[in-house]
Amino acid sequence: MEFLAAIWSEIPAAVQNIIVILLKIVAILVPLILAVAYTTFAERKIIGYMQVRMGPNRVGPKGWLQPIADVVKLLFKEVIIPTKSNRYIFLIAPMLTLVPAFVAWSVIPFADGMILADINAGLLFILALTSMGVYGIILGGWASNSKYAMLSAMRAGAQVISYEIAMGFALVGVLMAAGSLNLNEIILAQSGSIFSWFIWPLFGLFLVYFISGVAETNRAPFDVAEGESEIVAGFHVEYSGMAFALFFLAEYANMILISALTSLLFLGGWLSPFQGLDFLTELPVLGAIFGNGIHWFLLKTAFFLFFYLWFRATFPRYRYDQIMRLGWKILIPLTIVWIFAEMIAIGLGWRPWE
Amino acid sequence: MSFEQLLFYLFSGVLLLAGISMVTVRNPVYAALSLIVCFFTSAAIWVTLEAEFLGIVLVLVYVGAVMVLFLFVIMMLDINHDHLKEGFIKYLPVGLLVALVIAVEMILVLSGGGFDGEKYMQGQRHGADYSNTKALGEVLYQQYLYPFEIAAVILLVAIIAAITLTLRRRPNSKSQNIDQQVRVKREDRVRLVKMEAEK
Repeated sequence: MEFLAAIWSEIPAAVQNIIVILLKIVAILVPLILAVAYTTFAERKIIGYMQVRMGPNRVGPKGWLQPIADVVKLLFKEVIIPTKSNRYIFLIAPMLTLVPAFVAWSVIPFADGMILADINAGLLFILALTSMGVYGIILGGWASNSKYAMLSAMRAGAQVISYEIAMGFALVGVLMAAGSLNLNEIILAQSGSIFSWFIWPLFGLFLVYFISGVAETNRAPFDVAEGESEIVAGFHVEYSGMAFALFFLAEYANMILISALTSLLFLGGWLSPFQGLDFLTELPVLGAIFGNGIHWFLLKTAFFLFFYLWFRATFPRYRYDQIMRLGWKILIPLTIVWIFAEMIAIGLGWRPWE
Repeated sequence: MSFEQLLFYLFSGVLLLAGISMVTVRNPVYAALSLIVCFFTSAAIWVTLEAEFLGIVLVLVYVGAVMVLFLFVIMMLDINHDHLKEGFIKYLPVGLLVALVIAVEMILVLSGGGFDGEKYMQGQRHGADYSNTKALGEVLYQQYLYPFEIAAVILLVAIIAAITLTLRRRPNSKSQNIDQQVRVKREDRVRLVKMEAEK
């Protein structure tokens, strides 16, 4: 141990810094990728049970190794590049969706002080990155040189742009209530008790945010970009093997990100719902469970992730013009009215969340 | 050379290359992509200048929204590449003249003292608790509140004017009334008839 410490102190400070940051990135990405793998498994199982089926149950005990088998299958499949496609953009496009989906995790606070980059404008950073994910879809659809993929790229582009506005307005409401763009401060602004969470005063914005989050990730019932029954698989018809897997990985990483953000912005992230109830949080062993911590954050994220799967099993797909109507004529006016009311409340010094 | 200078030269190098490729590549989709790289690297340069709000908003607005719509339009157009190159020599003198005028204007403005090196010397660095967002907000919403609000209203008027100019009503066009479609109930569509069973 002392020997290792001696080696560590020999390394220059700048290199030490880089090593620590890289280790932190690994500590975020490896659990994230595992979570993505087991979200696909959970999705198939949960939807299976909802439709009175068994779901995957052959690979490993109770089917637990199914996602590993899927990964191995995708790794060994050939990446087919269509002859008339634009091969550079065709190969860059999946990476363009994956990178923003991963980078956004760098500003997420997992627990008090457990954050990779505690930057001032964290919320804006996330909004900017999530808006870039659509490039992969649009370019992938275009570069495939296929009509279905092209149609899907068009649909995805218009849909994401429309719902981004409602999403941004919902976030404006949150930052007005918190008075900060820093994600850690937004969480701390919700501390006190379960009634200080932003979900109560900003319930409408919470609904709008989650609905536009589902639309932004192109998930059912807003999955017209994929639309199996109309345009086969949309932007990734021509993709196979790992190139397809990257799109898949990005979609699920984005789903988990939206769930995590909803829990951070509206349900207090790592704050415990039992906050303020001292007789519970001061118990000898159970106190750690009832107190604040990363487990509450993970629990809340899993809760919203379950909603994604639930939606997919229950709602039929929206028609395209209905999606546009919902975004522009219902969600955006709702957020504007809510922000206006919030502005008046703040102007009168009436802050119910404090 | 400090690390910051290295970053500056890296980003400005990429910015210049992307700018040049934006005007020289043949494929309009590649041109749009180079423009996106331009926006991205200039946002990075702004962030190194402690203007993180502006940098992120540049990415959010231009990369995240404007260029998506641009790509959207470019991909839908069926552009004939040979047609674009027609008359290059014919229009060359006009193009050169415009370039010359712009160059002279830039030289006059930049050498006129308005962009004096002294004035834009590196000021003192702010600490980690300095918030660019807050500083901008104070300037926009306290010092220049009325000019800012007036500019916003003028933009709103421009938006409404542009929409009303291009709006054309077509009374004979058929469209679905989604409100009605969503609100429909089973009773409106299906009539259950109770009949005596055949004997």
